[in-house]
Amino acid sequence: MIGVEHYIIVSAILFVLGVLGIFLNRKNIIVILMSIELILLAVNINMVAFSAFLGDLVGQVFAMFVLTVAAAEAAIGLAILLIYFRGRGTIAVDDANQMKG
Amino acid sequence: MIQTIAFYLFAVLVIASAVMVITARNPVHSVLWLILAFFNAAGLMVLVGAEFIAMLLIIVYVGAVAVLFLFVVMMLDIDVAAMRAGFIKNAPLGVVIALILLAELVLGIGAYRMGAIELGTPMASDAPAMVEGNTNAIGALLYTKYLFLFEAAGIILLVAMIGAIVLTHRPTRAKRGQQDIGKQVRRNPDEATVMKQPTVGQGVEL
Repeated sequence: MIGVEHYIIVSAILFVLGVLGIFLNRKNIIVILMSIELILLAVNINMVAFSAFLGDLVGQVFAMFVLTVAAAEAAIGLAILLIYFRGRGTIAVDDANQMKG
Repeated sequence: MIQTIAFYLFAVLVIASAVMVITARNPVHSVLWLILAFFNAAGLMVLVGAEFIAMLLIIVYVGAVAVLFLFVVMMLDIDVAAMRAGFIKNAPLGVVIALILLAELVLGIGAYRMGAIELGTPMASDAPAMVEGNTNAIGALLYTKYLFLFEAAGIILLVAMIGAIVLTHRPTRAKRGQQDIGKQVRRNPDEATVMKQPTVGQGVEL
């Protein structure tokens, strides 16, 4: 019998893989953005699983809002990546210290 | 039984494709593995009866976000080998942190299974009055109780759209000899020509 725990474990593994992806691909900002998408996907699975197993639809409504934010974030992130590439000709982000922050 | 098999199939595939996303050499392959991960996550959601979110996941993530990633990956000329540098160097720290995080999460889930944490019960007022189907129920909730949040989500998307356009838009620089039709049409005789009556022996002051 599949319970909510199974879903949380899948989502936890997915979340950890997303965090690991950010660590492994420190140079490649495209894969970093994809890792963020994985993290948000894990959050969505968690919300939908709890929503289904608790019989409360609010979780699914909020999963939709997470989806909205993920789409907006991907669009803005890729736009920033595009102008960064235009300016420097590379997308290596580990030497992005122009602002000396 | 078939549900269990389907769950494990989707779960294993989503995790395997997530592993491939973060380890694939070529970013294009990463995007394709990400699409597979999204499809399997949608399958997981269908299994618990959340069809609407599952279909939304496919439409939004696969149809929009992943295609956007694919566009950008293929548009940029990326040196794949240089991107991989530091992959091995960063691996130990990343794996250690990931393992710690996973251990913590599993600890939390274990605590939840022990019954130490009392989860909230669904509020009776949230459950809409018996509507047919997942999509109908979400609509009944979204367009009544969460209407303002829904509108805020729309504004977020609008802001993201305008922001992306403003960031990437390059005004075309006027080149030499380029025709500006609007400027030509706007010209009229009054401001283009001046009548002068020069007197003898003096120049014309324009």
